[in-house]
Amino acid sequence: MPQLTFRKYLVLAGITVFSTAGDSLLARGMKDLGNVSLHHFSGLLLAVLNPWVTAGILLLLTFFACYMSALSWADLTYVLPATSLAYVLVALVGHFRLHEVISPARWLGIALITAGVGFVAAGPSVTPSHQHEKSPDAVSEEVRT
Amino acid sequence: MKDLHAWAAIAIIGMAATTGDVLLSYSMKRVGDVGELWKRRGVLAVIRRVLATPTFALGVMAMAVAFYSLLFALSWGNLSLVVPASASLTFVANAVAARIFLHERVGRRRWIAALLVAGGVVLMAL
Repeated sequence: MPQLTFRKYLVLAGITVFSTAGDSLLARGMKDLGNVSLHHFSGLLLAVLNPWVTAGILLLLTFFACYMSALSWADLTYVLPATSLAYVLVALVGHFRLHEVISPARWLGIALITAGVGFVAAGPSVTPSHQHEKSPDAVSEEVRT
Repeated sequence: MKDLHAWAAIAIIGMAATTGDVLLSYSMKRVGDVGELWKRRGVLAVIRRVLATPTFALGVMAMAVAFYSLLFALSWGNLSLVVPASASLTFVANAVAARIFLHERVGRRRWIAALLVAGGVVLMAL
């Protein structure tokens, strides 16, 4: 099982943090602009000029770069649950910074997602055997986990 | 009738997002470890190699289809159904697609994770 380096864990953390921060900044910026209907594309173009929206888009581009980087060395089924931690992060930021109330159902949802991420993180990060030259021993070791 | 529309949108969003994720993952596996490549050849070589992978463009297009379908679905409301249902469908569909098309070994551990995350996403939206 290939060991993830500290740098790779940083990339995985980047996926969660940048997608959360990017989405929140976009949402903040769109609030400034009010209702933008799909029929007014000029409104959508002007939205880019809003500093919150610009910052949000930059962060989402960073998120995409981290996501692509992670997919270059880890399985899709390993990376995706990591991105789902973003839902948890949004809820916790809302709870502790904005003092939003989290219902019991949402707490349960947070617990399920966290447990799911734990399940995947404890296993190997990459499994396909045909793309990397590996000794038969290494492959059989992955099958066991 | 309105429900039928919502479920059709959920199916389209889920399929497009899954197609996009699988194509992007396939492309990046072909490119290889981006960090290593960056160290050896620099960031421009990484960007050039990623953009030169044809499936990458297809993946981005599939993601765009998913994004715009979601926008359209949101414009006729039913936010509380469409967003969590399509997100959780995408997690499960991705596990199936990764196993079939990417030959990832989706073991018991990853199935449980996909189902837990899918369930969690639905609960978070309640």
